Amino acid sequence: MSTSSGLLLVASVLVPFVGMMVALVLGGRHARLVAATVAVAELGTALTTVHAVMQAPQRYLLGGWVPPLGVALRADALSAGMMLVVAVVIVGIVLYAWRDFATPDAEERRAPLMFWLLLLAVSGSLNLIFVSGDLFTLYVGLELLTFAGVPLVCLDGKGDTLRAALRYLLFALVGSLLYLLGAVLAYGAFGTLDIPLVATAAEPGLLGWTILALMTVGLLAKTALFPLHIWLPPAHAGAPPAASAVLSALVVKGSWFLVVRLWFDTFPGVATVDAAQLLGGLGTAAIIVGSVVALCQKRLKLLVAYSTIAQIGYLFLMFPLGVGFGGDVLTAGFLQAAAHATAKAGMFMAAGLIYAGFGHDRIAELGGAAKALPVTVLAFGVAGLALMGVVPSGAYVAKKLMLNAADAHAQWWWTWVLQGGAVFTAGYVVLVLGTALRRTETSAVLIRPVSRLAEFAALGLALASLVLGLAALSPTLPAGLVKNPLALSELLPTFLVVAGGVVLAMGLARRPPFGAAGAAWRKPLRALGSGFEAADSMLRRWHVAALSILALTAAFGGMLGA
Amino acid sequence: MTDATLYALAACALIGLGVFGLIASADPLRKILAFNIVGTGVFLLAGAIARRGAGAGFEADPVLMALLITGIVVAFSATALAVALLVRLSVVAGDVSLAEVLPADDDE
Repeated sequence: MSTSSGLLLVASVLVPFVGMMVALVLGGRHARLVAATVAVAELGTALTTVHAVMQAPQRYLLGGWVPPLGVALRADALSAGMMLVVAVVIVGIVLYAWRDFATPDAEERRAPLMFWLLLLAVSGSLNLIFVSGDLFTLYVGLELLTFAGVPLVCLDGKGDTLRAALRYLLFALVGSLLYLLGAVLAYGAFGTLDIPLVATAAEPGLLGWTILALMTVGLLAKTALFPLHIWLPPAHAGAPPAASAVLSALVVKGSWFLVVRLWFDTFPGVATVDAAQLLGGLGTAAIIVGSVVALCQKRLKLLVAYSTIAQIGYLFLMFPLGVGFGGDVLTAGFLQAAAHATAKAGMFMAAGLIYAGFGHDRIAELGGAAKALPVTVLAFGVAGLALMGVVPSGAYVAKKLMLNAADAHAQWWWTWVLQGGAVFTAGYVVLVLGTALRRTETSAVLIRPVSRLAEFAALGLALASLVLGLAALSPTLPAGLVKNPLALSELLPTFLVVAGGVVLAMGLARRPPFGAAGAAWRKPLRALGSGFEAADSMLRRWHVAALSILALTAAFGGMLGA
Repeated sequence: MTDATLYALAACALIGLGVFGLIASADPLRKILAFNIVGTGVFLLAGAIARRGAGAGFEADPVLMALLITGIVVAFSATALAVALLVRLSVVAGDVSLAEVLPADDDE
């Protein structure tokens, strides 16, 4: 039986796609309005769904057929929460892009129309992924998400962005094939693709390990978890800022969400703590390499793109702490994803405004930017603080929960990763803010006024990430998680994180924010940075990345069976 | 050997060939073709599993057949999108190599 609010799940998927077709028919002049209407409607649907899910998980049986023959849509707390996050970020992006992708009366251009259509498609496909209760429907949702994401990369139609889009598409397709192969094998093994039914049927064994390994690695390729991040930097850095925000904040979360579904809900009997350590290990490598390479960048958009690789790594730290243990780690993962989605969208938006305002985004020449664009730089700073996980951000509460889990399961090494990771984030926030606040002889000159609406949209999303920390007051979390956020024991780590960030920024950046460019102590750190850059460009060659996929599949299969 | 086993082995051969093509070929058009060969292998495997799991009076398991048709449509759309990007890239840029080009650095 479908539940009373089950139709909401259908609406959350159907409304964006209907909106997309309506916008296509009405054309460029009205696409913006349709997208905005749908975004508000989706926010309403998401809020209602969250309310309904708080009473009981929701379910809708398509055509009234019961699984395994039929297909069910389901929403639990995690999917409803993700729907809400996506709806909020989409509203922010609509506001941000309102002026950039307007269609003037004189002429209709293709890029604005496509942007609004693809934005609706991303929203609908993500909701489909969040509510699908069936591994094959999830495959269709994933492919829709890829098809919506790829053209966003090359909206400007230039050669470099077309190349980045094609790389992204081809690599994502390799990932889809692995996932599909896993799904076909799962049907052959269990006779169903319905997630709860597979969960009861799946047992450890050669077939179970193979299926989970294939599906996981396929999804990692789409999520761009290190070392499968071949396509991410050129795609995210080359796209228009509003599109980068969609890609970085939302699109990578779709395949991440699916990995969570597989490891926690679909194959709880097959997934092992040992194999989850490998996921956490890849996440750690992503944090280190992504952050160091981010600090070495000359261009702000590339810095933000590489920092996305690091943040994707954070999202995978929940697996070693949660798989097989349960507890609050799932909540922590959700909070982290929500904090990252909002803050990252805000950060890309701010970087885009800096580019639009000054006509370039070379970090070294951004001295005095804070004076010319105070709201934008503030948005960048707030987003950076939220990503670092300082009190009272959502990432802070997530980190607290994970630290508790690391203590409870005696996995002390993750404590180090969780605390150390924030230092890297602090590094590039210090680098950008330190440069932007500095008074220089040749201050950055504003060549074009930027949209106020866009500035406040970026700031709003960054602030949303910061106030997510209020989730600590929720009755579902352990009481006393955050006792006194201003106590010395809480402030000291934050201080150490910022101090570490200053050292990293001074040591690794091409032009350090506070002078001392020629200091001798920078030499070894700069050499280290160049080494990481070389390793990164080697790993992002096609042959190497394709072989990494095979090697990782084998490694996951082996770890699951070990 | 049953015909389902034969088809499954053929599927493995196709997947292997396609994966080799995906790793080894530098040309994007060859990669798209390799993607389709792996896809065909996966679909053939689905067919073999459908045949093996057929109920009494059926040629094959109809659920898998339905999935197969959807899968083919998705793979077709993916190929169309990839080829469209490739054609556009060759018109705009003149060459279609996928070698890494990050946004240009104009200092140092």
